[in-house]
Amino acid sequence: MSATTGTHRPCPYGRSAPDARAPGADPGGGGERPQPVRTRPRFAERLRRGGVPYLLLFPALVLELLIHIAPMVIGVVMSFKQLVQQYIRDWGAAPWSGLDNFRVAVDFDAPVGQALLRSFGITCAFTVLAVALNWLLGVTAAILMQDRFRGRGVLRALFLTPYALPVYTAVITWSFMLQHDNGLVNHVLHDQLGLTGSRSFWLVGGNSFVSLVVVSVWRTWPFAFLMLTAALQNIPQDVYEAAQVDGAGVWGRIRHITLPALRPVNQVLVLVLFLWTFNDFNVPYVLFGKSAPEAADLISIHIYQSSFVTWNFGSGSAMSVLLLLFLLVVTAGYLLVTGRGGRREADV
Amino acid sequence: MSEAVRTRRAAAAKRRPKSPTAPPTSFVWTRRVLLTLLTLFTATPLYVMLSSSLKPLQDVTGAFRWIPSTLTVRPYIDIWHTVPLGRYFLNSLIVASSATGCSVAVAVFAAYAVSRYRFRGRRAFTVTVLSTQMFPGILFLLPLFLIFVNLGNLTGLALYGSRGGLILTYMTFTLPLSVWMLAGYFDSVPRDLDEAAQMDGCGPLGALLRVVVPAALPGIVAVAVYSFMTAWSEVLFASVMTNDVTRTLSIGLQGYATQNEVYWNQVMAASLVVSVPIVAGFLLLQRYLVAGLTAGAVK
Repeated sequence: MSATTGTHRPCPYGRSAPDARAPGADPGGGGERPQPVRTRPRFAERLRRGGVPYLLLFPALVLELLIHIAPMVIGVVMSFKQLVQQYIRDWGAAPWSGLDNFRVAVDFDAPVGQALLRSFGITCAFTVLAVALNWLLGVTAAILMQDRFRGRGVLRALFLTPYALPVYTAVITWSFMLQHDNGLVNHVLHDQLGLTGSRSFWLVGGNSFVSLVVVSVWRTWPFAFLMLTAALQNIPQDVYEAAQVDGAGVWGRIRHITLPALRPVNQVLVLVLFLWTFNDFNVPYVLFGKSAPEAADLISIHIYQSSFVTWNFGSGSAMSVLLLLFLLVVTAGYLLVTGRGGRREADV
Repeated sequence: MSEAVRTRRAAAAKRRPKSPTAPPTSFVWTRRVLLTLLTLFTATPLYVMLSSSLKPLQDVTGAFRWIPSTLTVRPYIDIWHTVPLGRYFLNSLIVASSATGCSVAVAVFAAYAVSRYRFRGRRAFTVTVLSTQMFPGILFLLPLFLIFVNLGNLTGLALYGSRGGLILTYMTFTLPLSVWMLAGYFDSVPRDLDEAAQMDGCGPLGALLRVVVPAALPGIVAVAVYSFMTAWSEVLFASVMTNDVTRTLSIGLQGYATQNEVYWNQVMAASLVVSVPIVAGFLLLQRYLVAGLTAGAVK
């Protein structure tokens, strides 16, 4: 073994070194490298080496195709079909319906379109509010806990716990706290503080929107905290020391060094938070059960209910496709505006 | 936080104990007030979960009590009979650990390719795979449901309602982030190491398994924890893809609420039992998780 590889020794090393050390120099992986002598073993070697990454990727590719890409394509196809209950077990037989499903979904004068539009509006309001609060709490805690103080480690562990809890246990606990008769929230607001004239309903009616935002923020802000804490650790200490010498106070340092240094992380973080929050299904589903109150009818829940209540998968798929298009447009716009598109791909 | 940063800061703190770097009083008080509020917000539900799980039933059916009238471990015994919690637990354990094992194995190879090779289609692969993360789960749910149902009809292969279908789904859903994080960890393993291994006669596979994987083991463990947490917590697919036999905890726990009378003390006890292993694992390994998650973002 050592004898044969010995003759080829300079070959893999010499070849992989230049392109491996210079990421981005040739991201497409094209093969214009100087090759002075083309001998047979070298060619075979090149073929073998060229195939290796694809072999390594093969299982991942198959799974992605099977569970992500294929269903997506099928989902798009389904949205053009009249896929009602009788065709669920034999969906090839469902008749084509052209753009009918989409027409119904965006016909804002008819009940279906109206409900979708309202759900979309609620989801947007919920997302903006929740993302803003998540970021605000995360950045506040991260900056305040940047310097050492007694108990910082314990506090950090405590703050991360809601994020580590399985969603459903966290949300079930909140739904207990939000109960009308025996919940903590009404006990504190009504019995102890006397802020409300009577006990409020938190899981039905208009208040359910507030409940949804609070529960969602409680669960998600630790993630923002986690990301921002990690980012703060990458700011070199000497920058702060230099600012110190220049006479900047602690608030000045936060404004002029810390916040600008967080910009790149913020850009990714806000996008991720936006996508997660907008697509959130778990929190409303566990909090409200199968029928979400009107004020908290998020789009994922809305599509889920209209699909599995009526078993009209065609219309459900059409709504999903519209949702996807919206997210694509927003994400592309966001990446363009923040000028991150090019760099991000290079990083990947 | 990395050990190096920690020791450097500790050393810095020791060097100048009461220097001008000590934060001004205004900052210290802002910090105290805001962190106290955040602590209350974070800790209250955790306290409710813990204290209610130790309450007798009359404490949770009447008005809320901050302090239990008596402490009892009865709920922790009853949870196993009210709903088949043991079966749900086993199902979740089987599904989550299989999905984790398969997903990590697949991700290790893919991440090695992404980290060490420049090949045609590399960028397309990473961009496509990562962008699936932004897609709403509901978009995959309806087609996957149909695929599993129709595949079952065609081949007799029971994917719908089985644990296999759920495992397949979960392992794929955690794959993109696992590949992304692992590639970050592999990037931090010096290339000289596996190049040396390859020169010594290991193939690429040998270099990966004998050099890179051991060196990146903390990262691999972190990715495994992430996958396990995701599978353990998933609700959407579990809600339609499981039946009475294969039901997992995420749906099973709601069984306590469908009884005529909700045994909230048992619900809280069950929630606690289900959460403790996950939370412990996460808190132990969070520093590795953070390193992986931010590797791509802050580069």
